[in-house]
Amino acid sequence: MTLPQRCDVVVVGAGPAGLAAALECARAGAATVLLDEQAGPGGQIYRGITVTPMRKREVLGADYWHGATLVTALQGSAVDYVPGASVFAVTRADGGAFEVGVSCDGAAALLQAGQVILATGALERPFPVPGWTLPGVITAGAAQILMKSAGLVPEAPVVLAGTGPLLYLVAAQFARVGAAIDCLLDTTPSGRLGEVLPHAAAFLTSPYVAKGLALLREARASTRIVRGVERLEALGTGRLAAVRYAVGSRTTEIPARALLLHQGVVPNINLSNAIGCEHRWDDRGLCFTPVVDAWGATSVAGITVAGDGAGIAGAQAAEGRGTLAGLHALAALGRIGAAERDARAAGATAQVARWLRGRSFVDALYRPADAFRLPAGDTIVCRCEEITAQQVIATAKLGCPGPNQLKSFLRCGMGPCQGRLCGLTVTELIARERGVPPAEVGYYRLRFPVKPITLGELASLPQTSASTQAVVRMKAH
Amino acid sequence: MYKRLPDVAGTARAVDITIDGQVFAAREGDTVAAALLAAGYDACRTTPVTDAPRGPYCLMGVCFDCLAVIDGRPNQQTCLIPVRAGMRIERQQGAAAFGPGAAGAP
Repeated sequence: MTLPQRCDVVVVGAGPAGLAAALECARAGAATVLLDEQAGPGGQIYRGITVTPMRKREVLGADYWHGATLVTALQGSAVDYVPGASVFAVTRADGGAFEVGVSCDGAAALLQAGQVILATGALERPFPVPGWTLPGVITAGAAQILMKSAGLVPEAPVVLAGTGPLLYLVAAQFARVGAAIDCLLDTTPSGRLGEVLPHAAAFLTSPYVAKGLALLREARASTRIVRGVERLEALGTGRLAAVRYAVGSRTTEIPARALLLHQGVVPNINLSNAIGCEHRWDDRGLCFTPVVDAWGATSVAGITVAGDGAGIAGAQAAEGRGTLAGLHALAALGRIGAAERDARAAGATAQVARWLRGRSFVDALYRPADAFRLPAGDTIVCRCEEITAQQVIATAKLGCPGPNQLKSFLRCGMGPCQGRLCGLTVTELIARERGVPPAEVGYYRLRFPVKPITLGELASLPQTSASTQAVVRMKAH
Repeated sequence: MYKRLPDVAGTARAVDITIDGQVFAAREGDTVAAALLAAGYDACRTTPVTDAPRGPYCLMGVCFDCLAVIDGRPNQQTCLIPVRAGMRIERQQGAAAFGPGAAGAP
């Protein structure tokens, strides 16, 4: 790893938002370092864009191949792009700059930056159903990643289950390569007319209509679809063997070698949370999002969030939000004035508005049902520490008021994933038991390091007063 | 179990890796997690708490279920690390062991 000691802007994440932000900063002459965990650029939406073996362009579609234009721009830019780099801490160094802790190929380093743009994107919402930890159960996004990056698909019979637009995209993409999903179990609750109607007008004039209808048509033509699924269970000893589901009072069991789960995506807030940025509960998206302004600026000066990490809006909006975050960082560094910033923001602002239109309809229609967000019995909630729903509920009944107290009782959320796969479930379960809104319960207070690093790596860092704070949560200002 | 799509043929070289001591030809550019799945291993570890089998779940670096021992280093996120020729991968049993006496140590 060849990291500079300091730069003007650090961008975390090389998806559409991070790429656009880094390109905007570098174009204006700011020394820009783009850190990304993956081996190649593109994030998850453009995963494997430089190396994908899926050469038939119609399989992954034009939306995917758009990523190539961003990566080509990166290759021709002055951005210092560092793949395989995990950011484990962002703290305030002496003198007001930020100090970014990076782990790369088993070695840790510290990098100073005037501005930090977090473009850490989204992750798939937890889907805590019985058996979701069995080998053979992966997320629908994971299946798509395997196809994009390695040309791998699960062997039949394959069951795809859940709700949301990605479900139908995955079904269509699998059909295009001759690996059609054997059964799509749609958990979208019926009778949503009242909730979705107020959002229909904006949706009908949005770019999502034509895309959505085409995908639905394609998925329907290739895949057996069961609607109104109200319960779902992965069965098997040691690995997945079958899927049991219920529609109304009728329960059915079907054999399965792979079960792909998906019920929407939520912002990955681990870094913004640990930095101490203010977050709020988003009742429409059923998740916590950082509080940001139109530029993506958070409550901590110098920390900007771009893309889905600031609230789910998709890849096209993320690119626009990346540009806006880059412009904000340039203005904060004094490289451009406010007038120039505003003038250069016009295109990106219009792009964001275009792709935000109709989003509320999609959110309302595909809001996951309570039964798939609020598990019961011995269904695992915290995959790392193997804590069940019953344990969380019983502890809440004892009077445990929130996720942070729950850590002391159960170690819930304290494993290596640091709550990424259980945080929202825990918040919502405690909220229901206490009879209060999730906003009142809050989320895990996350601390650095947000990614596991070895003591050896920590010990090898230069021991200045600033660097020792790299593992201490930054105080709110 | 996973299979390669016909499109993939000829898009990358093969590199030899070992999984639990057995040699496999992996596709260069694949992550270790993808190589494990392609080789027929959908579980790469057992959990420290109940010894339950687990395999890759998210494939994007957030779930930490795809941990395995790579070249003697335990707790590696196999979905983030590309395969390299000669790489030694071992499935991880229970809690990770560290130090010179640990299983899989060089």
